[in-house]
Amino acid sequence: MTVNVLMPALSPTMEQGKLAKWLKNEGDKVKAGDVIAEIETDKATMEVEAVDEGVLARILVPGGAENVAVNTPIAVIAEEGEEIGPAEAPPSTPAAAPTENAAPAPAKAPDIPASAPQEAAAAAAVPAAPAATAAEPAAPSPAVAVPEIPADTTLLPMTMREALRDAMAEEMRRDQNVFVIGEEVAEYQGAYKVTQGLLQEFGPRRVVDTPITEYGFAGLAVGAAFAGLRPICEFMTFNFAMQAIDHIVNSAAKTLYMSGGQINCPIVFRGPNGAAARVAAQHSQDYAAWFSQVPGLKVVAPSNASDAKGLLKSAIRDPNPVVFLENEILYGKQWDTPMLEDFLIPIGKARIARPGTDVTLVSFSIGVIHCLSAAEALAKEGIEAEVVDLRTLRPMDVPAIIESVRKTGRCVAVEEGWPQCGIGAEIAARVQEEAFDYLDAPVLRVTGKDVPMPYAANLEKLALPSVADVIAAAKAVLYR
Amino acid sequence: MPAADRHAKIADVASAAEGAQAEGGILAFTREQELSAYRAMLLIRRFEEKAGQMYGMGLIGGFCHLYIGQEAVVVGARMSAKSTDQFITGYRDHGHMLACGMEPRRVMAELTGRRGGYSKGKGGSMHMFSREKNFYGGHGIVGAPAPLGVGLAFADLYRGDGSVSLTFFGDGAANQGQVYESFNMAELWKLPIVFIVENNRYAMGTSVERSSAQANFSMRGTAFNIPGRQIDGMDVRAVAAAAREALDWCRAGKGPFLIEAQTYRYRGHSMSDPAKYRSKEEVQRVREEHDPIEQVRARLLAGGIGEDELKQIDAAVRRIVSEAADFATNDPEPDPSELWTDVVL
Repeated sequence: MTVNVLMPALSPTMEQGKLAKWLKNEGDKVKAGDVIAEIETDKATMEVEAVDEGVLARILVPGGAENVAVNTPIAVIAEEGEEIGPAEAPPSTPAAAPTENAAPAPAKAPDIPASAPQEAAAAAAVPAAPAATAAEPAAPSPAVAVPEIPADTTLLPMTMREALRDAMAEEMRRDQNVFVIGEEVAEYQGAYKVTQGLLQEFGPRRVVDTPITEYGFAGLAVGAAFAGLRPICEFMTFNFAMQAIDHIVNSAAKTLYMSGGQINCPIVFRGPNGAAARVAAQHSQDYAAWFSQVPGLKVVAPSNASDAKGLLKSAIRDPNPVVFLENEILYGKQWDTPMLEDFLIPIGKARIARPGTDVTLVSFSIGVIHCLSAAEALAKEGIEAEVVDLRTLRPMDVPAIIESVRKTGRCVAVEEGWPQCGIGAEIAARVQEEAFDYLDAPVLRVTGKDVPMPYAANLEKLALPSVADVIAAAKAVLYR
Repeated sequence: MPAADRHAKIADVASAAEGAQAEGGILAFTREQELSAYRAMLLIRRFEEKAGQMYGMGLIGGFCHLYIGQEAVVVGARMSAKSTDQFITGYRDHGHMLACGMEPRRVMAELTGRRGGYSKGKGGSMHMFSREKNFYGGHGIVGAPAPLGVGLAFADLYRGDGSVSLTFFGDGAANQGQVYESFNMAELWKLPIVFIVENNRYAMGTSVERSSAQANFSMRGTAFNIPGRQIDGMDVRAVAAAAREALDWCRAGKGPFLIEAQTYRYRGHSMSDPAKYRSKEEVQRVREEHDPIEQVRARLLAGGIGEDELKQIDAAVRRIVSEAADFATNDPEPDPSELWTDVVL
């Protein structure tokens, strides 16, 4: 009897990875628990163990293969003495081919089509190098029409993860007062590999692993910022920052005001925010609305690698506390990113991610990806949607929204967060205050559903805003 | 001498204990050192009494937590510290500001919410700061100063400038979880911080006995290997001795040190205290038998100082406090435009 060894998933969001190398050869005897191969993603390396005793009868995916889809059979283990004919071996999957484009499987992520950012491969292997050819985008990256980038700038594809790391590394080289502190940021190389390589370059004095003690280390980082250092305080995810929200709000945000301008707090609180995949209610919340309500904070939520880099560098230089909301789903995606010495994107400025005339779609972070996909689909039906990527939630670039709505007369706000008192609610309020006479339809919101995030795959999908939801809302405000 | 300098000279007792010999858990103060302690504690006492009066007159609003009775704690610590060391505390903070040399008139003007206050009237009693004097607040959330103070110590070690963070909190705050998160990191990274628990026996109206499984707060760092000293916080010489030991420990790179200063507050938790949780006799007994200022005064008199000299000090202190009150009463409120300033830089 033969057993197929399948490509394992190393994390809830992993869709494919690299089969780094085989540690056993065809014909080798294996026992259950023997390490037979090593798997790599841009986040982690893992050993694959034999699940049964026998002989490694066939290797179906060669060592070094990139972009091997999760659940692809990679080897066959047979009982000792058992013959494996060619007919018995499962066919190797096309996804294992190194040159295959790594667009997410439709069944897993239907809302992020291949024309959206490309899944990066092999990013972990060579942290500083631009992505390998295997990750060359098949379709153009979403328009990153950023006026901040001069026309003759070289653009290279880069994952959001790499962009964030490079932003931190550049700022740490520039300013000795900048340091990174958080759980698993140093020796583990970042729980999501965002701080990869920083310990090696900057040492343990400036890349500080903390105990699991969010309230404590957030307070410590705020105190260090009061004293003039510039901490980058990483939360493994923002779900855990609720333990620390007292220091973010009461200590970091309010002290400049309470001290009559004497004590500022130059700190960045950063980490993944919002839903990842299948991690359920306590690990899947969007805190954008919570933090964006607080005067004294700046709140940033980039939707692509280029923005992430330019905005994080600005955030680190900012003399105020900045809450920098990242997205785990986007960490491994790739965008063209400018190769500039000092690439800064100003905090507080939105960008038009896609120009259009018929309806304004306003969003931030991963919501922008949904909007761009929706806009593409709408274009096929003759509807030109303008996508406004807020980039910063506080201070919010309301004039950019208003300018777009005055042009289109219709507005849909899109976010993963809950509807009540959300970012969309704020946008709807501001639009009716400042562009009431220009509106041809009520402002609609596409949000996460008003429930804790469920675990079941089908329910989770229902709970999150989808491209179809955005398309439906856009048509509704167009009365089509 | 300009008024501000004169105030600072009376109040700021940084390094004043230098040279005093340690004997049996106290520092044997010289006459000049006793006088420094006396002036500083008396200034805090009279300032707080005045603040209480002004609260009663409606000139001070909101919460107002007086330090009366606890003066020896911050004054003793400050006498052994350097002016470059950082101080941070909770909301019972007026005494700490005065001991750090902040101007009484500007502290009082903050209490009255006037533009000349340290925070331009926007912070109030619980939220005052002076970067110049290395005073980092003034925090209204119980327990918050612990990790913030550890952060100041982190910056001290990061820069390697030899400064130490003196972080004060009360017996009530000592039961907050973040205090133990702070202890852990401080010892783990050998940060230069002196934690000073001002045990005044009541967290608002809840006595230590009714709130604390381990009422010996000097042992609260034991699980983290942080050395602790339980001392008489009503004797300024004992506080100065413990602070010196702790500061030497920190400056030698050995990490944090914990001091439990046993003290007592004569007034209520805040101005609206019902005073139902302890007896008048208890308060009276401490005042008569353990008052930190009377102890110094008695020693000064026994050492041959004349009543006249002490009266002159009393008069000078009263003048400073009276000037501060006048300033805080007559200084205008902040300009309405200040509503919108200092939110972000």
